[in-house]
Amino acid sequence: MFKKILIANRGEIACRVIKTARKMGIQTVALYSDADANALHVKMADEAVHIGPAPANQSYIVIDKVMEAIRQTGAEAVHPGYGFLSENPKFAEALEAEGVAFIGPPKGAIESMGDKITSKKIAREAGVSTVPGYMGLIEDAEDAVKISNQVGYPVMIKASAGGGGKGMRIAWNDDEAREGFQSSKNEAASSFGDDRIFIEKFVTQPRHIEIQVLADGHGNTLYLNERECSIQRRNQKVIEEAPSPFLDEATRAAMGKQSCDLAAAVGYTSAGTVEFIVDGDKNFYFLEMNTRLQVEHPVTELITGIDLVEQMIRVAAGEALAFGQDDIGINGWAMESRLYAEDPYRGFLPSIGRLTRYRPPEEIAEETRAVRNDTGVFEGGEISMYYDPMIAKLCTWAPDRGAAIEEMRTALDGFELEGIGHNLPFLAAVMDHSVFVSGDMTTAFIEEQYPDGFEGVTIDNATLRQIAAATAAMNRVAEIRRTRISGRMDNHTRHVGGDWVVTLQGTPIPVSVHADREGATVRFDDGEETRVESGWTPGQTLARLMVGGQPMILKVESHSQGFRIRYRGADMTVTLHTPRQAELAQLMPEKTPPDTSKMLLCPMPGLIVKIDVADGDEVQEGQTLCTVEAMKMENILRAERKGTVKKINAAAGESLAVDDVIMEFE
Amino acid sequence: MSDILEELKQRRVDAAAGGGEKRVAAQHAKGKLTARERVELLLDDGSFEEFDMFVTHRATEFGMADNKPAGDGVITGWGTINGRMVYVFSQDFTVFGGSLSETHAQKICKIMDMAMQNGAPVIGLNDSGGARIQEGVDSLAGYAEVFQRNILASGVVPQISVIMGPCAGGAVYSPAMTDFIFMVQDSSYMFVTGPDVVKTVTNEVVTAEELGGASTHTKKSSVADGAFKDDVETLAEIRRFFDFLPLNNTDKAPSRPFFDDPSRIDDSLDTLIPDNPNQPYDMKELIHKVADEGDFFETQADFAANIITGFIRLEGQSVGVVANQPMVLAGVLDIDSSRKAARFVRFCDAFEIPILTFVDVPGFLPGTAQEYGGVIKHGAKLLFAYGEATVPKVTLITRKAYGGAYDVMASKHLRGDFNYAWPTAQIAVMGAKGATEILYRSELGEPDKIAKRTADYEENFANPFRAAERGFIDEVILPHSTRRRVCRAFASLRTKKLTNPWKKHDNIPL
Repeated sequence: MFKKILIANRGEIACRVIKTARKMGIQTVALYSDADANALHVKMADEAVHIGPAPANQSYIVIDKVMEAIRQTGAEAVHPGYGFLSENPKFAEALEAEGVAFIGPPKGAIESMGDKITSKKIAREAGVSTVPGYMGLIEDAEDAVKISNQVGYPVMIKASAGGGGKGMRIAWNDDEAREGFQSSKNEAASSFGDDRIFIEKFVTQPRHIEIQVLADGHGNTLYLNERECSIQRRNQKVIEEAPSPFLDEATRAAMGKQSCDLAAAVGYTSAGTVEFIVDGDKNFYFLEMNTRLQVEHPVTELITGIDLVEQMIRVAAGEALAFGQDDIGINGWAMESRLYAEDPYRGFLPSIGRLTRYRPPEEIAEETRAVRNDTGVFEGGEISMYYDPMIAKLCTWAPDRGAAIEEMRTALDGFELEGIGHNLPFLAAVMDHSVFVSGDMTTAFIEEQYPDGFEGVTIDNATLRQIAAATAAMNRVAEIRRTRISGRMDNHTRHVGGDWVVTLQGTPIPVSVHADREGATVRFDDGEETRVESGWTPGQTLARLMVGGQPMILKVESHSQGFRIRYRGADMTVTLHTPRQAELAQLMPEKTPPDTSKMLLCPMPGLIVKIDVADGDEVQEGQTLCTVEAMKMENILRAERKGTVKKINAAAGESLAVDDVIMEFE
Repeated sequence: MSDILEELKQRRVDAAAGGGEKRVAAQHAKGKLTARERVELLLDDGSFEEFDMFVTHRATEFGMADNKPAGDGVITGWGTINGRMVYVFSQDFTVFGGSLSETHAQKICKIMDMAMQNGAPVIGLNDSGGARIQEGVDSLAGYAEVFQRNILASGVVPQISVIMGPCAGGAVYSPAMTDFIFMVQDSSYMFVTGPDVVKTVTNEVVTAEELGGASTHTKKSSVADGAFKDDVETLAEIRRFFDFLPLNNTDKAPSRPFFDDPSRIDDSLDTLIPDNPNQPYDMKELIHKVADEGDFFETQADFAANIITGFIRLEGQSVGVVANQPMVLAGVLDIDSSRKAARFVRFCDAFEIPILTFVDVPGFLPGTAQEYGGVIKHGAKLLFAYGEATVPKVTLITRKAYGGAYDVMASKHLRGDFNYAWPTAQIAVMGAKGATEILYRSELGEPDKIAKRTADYEENFANPFRAAERGFIDEVILPHSTRRRVCRAFASLRTKKLTNPWKKHDNIPL
């Protein structure tokens, strides 16, 4: 076994690999760029080597620099994580040349699977079912339109070297094909340095289901069942689970077998993933093979009990797999939520900055439930603009799907994250969404269920009452404390009354609070009573309560008239008034925020790449106004409605902050 | 006998009716509460004790003899906020537009005298059209009587003004001399002369809101210390604010039970200071993380945001915070920020509220605009205020403390009790680059040499240790232990006794 390995990556995956290496008694070497000097993976590793400036193309993906770090530290093997150099055959080659083991598949397998066009040919030859499409390279936008018409709309335009949603566009007509081709090509060139593009049929009602394979150098190739990753946004996975609620045993076995056949056909070793698109009739088509550890591998680990990183290391060290296909089962159900620094209220645009608060829920590993949080950040750490905006992968496990979802809801409620915009409320909303809960989703789930973006969650009345009861009880604690201030008049202290009006989501709910030693009983005006028990004290940002006998975790912020409460994807201001205050509050005018509909605001901190219109231009709804680059993604901003450009305040090349006004309309 | 009781009841009903149903409805239609409703929301339930409910004016001209509503347009009295005594007046816009008459002024003066005698704060809820023209000079005399009391009460009991409607002409000067002014957004304004006169005199066309609305006074003029959404929210915020203030100048800063460990460690503070010394960070994060329960009441948040002022609690007790804000103009001191902080420091000192200062200041802002504006005198106000303050003073330098600004920001030399620094502190006359360019002027043509000199200077001087070696910094502390260290420092200063030499009063550079 290796004595020392180097992890050619950063963030959560570097931390993940270090954990297993440490468990196996292997020393670890971390790499870090200027932006990562204080990163968690650097603290966790036994050694760390500085590798250059913040941008990945000047540090983490510069092969020579990684090789130098290997020489300098004497690492015997390298785990590439995902992204960066993980699927770069040149890197595998460089390692081979120096006799350093690559903890991943052979160079040939990376090469043949890394190119989407080649990989499809090989897959077809290996008897794997594939999607109809055009395998050749596409010359220009007009060529793209011609081919799209041959394949038939809708089509998917993809960067040959792409992944993770970068360099991918769906086109439903010629205009979109033209535009999609161009932007895919640009993104592919800037992200991968390879601007080759291909086009294929876009399968409707599709589900994304992938098979985890694991092979050793002794001819054993196994599949570790599937993961369902249909909850995606712009082809970027958001929620994954294992097993899939959709597959039956026969389909699973067929997909597993084809995946193993493909792996065997390219002489695959190590862990890899064969991605399929599955239609409503359980027809499955090969999408691509990822010759690396997937981001979402923890869900497979949770249902199989196999540590994939450990197996990768063992295989790289020449060991044979210690188990066979028959040893691999499906134990319970696992969910993964990817926490991204993306603001769901702003169209999921990236957010960067300091994590002023980062308190994940406690990790649990029990007989009937588990919570696992893979992360590379810490409170006080920085989400930088240079890398992937993922903050953490929160996983839960339970004996069945319903229980795993419930565990996830609780875990998300208990996850405190402040300082940046993040998608936690959205994840919580999905966990409560009836379509998701039924298991009957497609990759279009987010587009279909949130066509206008995410605007928060409206809580049902029963839950509103629970929150009203909880906040009324908490408010009582806070108000009583206020009456205990020094300097009060003897014998004339304030008596805190029991009657309050709780207003939340615009609904006033009168309650009366009767407190006792253990908690409070909250009575509603229809006579219903709810018991609230908690040890909450003012200032606690997480209130763990028993409300009506049920556990409830609320995120709490105090303000002068009540609380801001966040719960299950809802974010609301709860005001608590005495009946008289409530009566007078009714007289107060509604205040509307200033009108920004006539402005195009910069939705994220980013760089203006291009402005497509000029002063005085008439624009149509949906017309491209400008392109903003952030997190290496090109975001096209379009006109929301017809109008005339009055004034443009920014120019190409300018860096803007959130809500800076890019242009104004008449 | 029962007739007399009945008469009292009836008189009370009449007085409570203010200007009558129609005017009350008009007040409500403007989104404003009545004077009595406001008092109800400001004070603890049922705690209000009214004075002078039946006072009427004595004017006879202009038909006034027949129109003598009880109370004369202002409600006065005392009550409690969370059990602590406070005197209140609330002007009633429904009676003669809340205009100030001789008797109206007398009512206000009476409770101000009581407040001074009994050592309790005064809160004025202002909603008045101005002087009562029918009374002529009697009304002006009334204003002056109030002004005189504002002046005498200043530094004796806290005075808070809440502007909840118009406040124009001479009327503005009473709030102007109180300690804090809060306004209601969209329904209050303050100016010396209104838009009509402005138009006549200067030909300038301006709305009342632009001229003296909450936004103008919180962002531009700094006359107001804060503004809130509506009457209900404003009064709730005033109650919250009141809990930070002592009752008078012989009282200790108030304290209340707290639910936050004074020894709480916050590891995230270890990464608050960015690696790049020119990169900003949010000083408010430090304030929130040091404060009990993260609770911070900021004053003048929208004005001179390069300095932060406001109140927190440590171990339950009120503490005034002054902090440079690197996010705005790099936290530089200038005319506005010096004035803002100086006034705040003096309030704290006048009322025995300990002062916590967080320093990250690159110096004073250079330029003609500042010099012509008198930055020398205005900057000196803050220096003066810190230097004369005898309350417990704890100072923490987080990063830069350059030049004269280092001295100003509650340094050891200005009788700082505890002067802490984080290891990231750089206490020097100026930044390394500027310093080497002056010290090694002859080498300016040789970039390599200058770079080396700069690096040397940084290593030798851009740290807290030179100052610590001289005892100007009492201790260099770890960021994560800031709350514990600061709490313990203030705890040790609870018995602090320090007096300035006797003087009639000082002569701060106004």
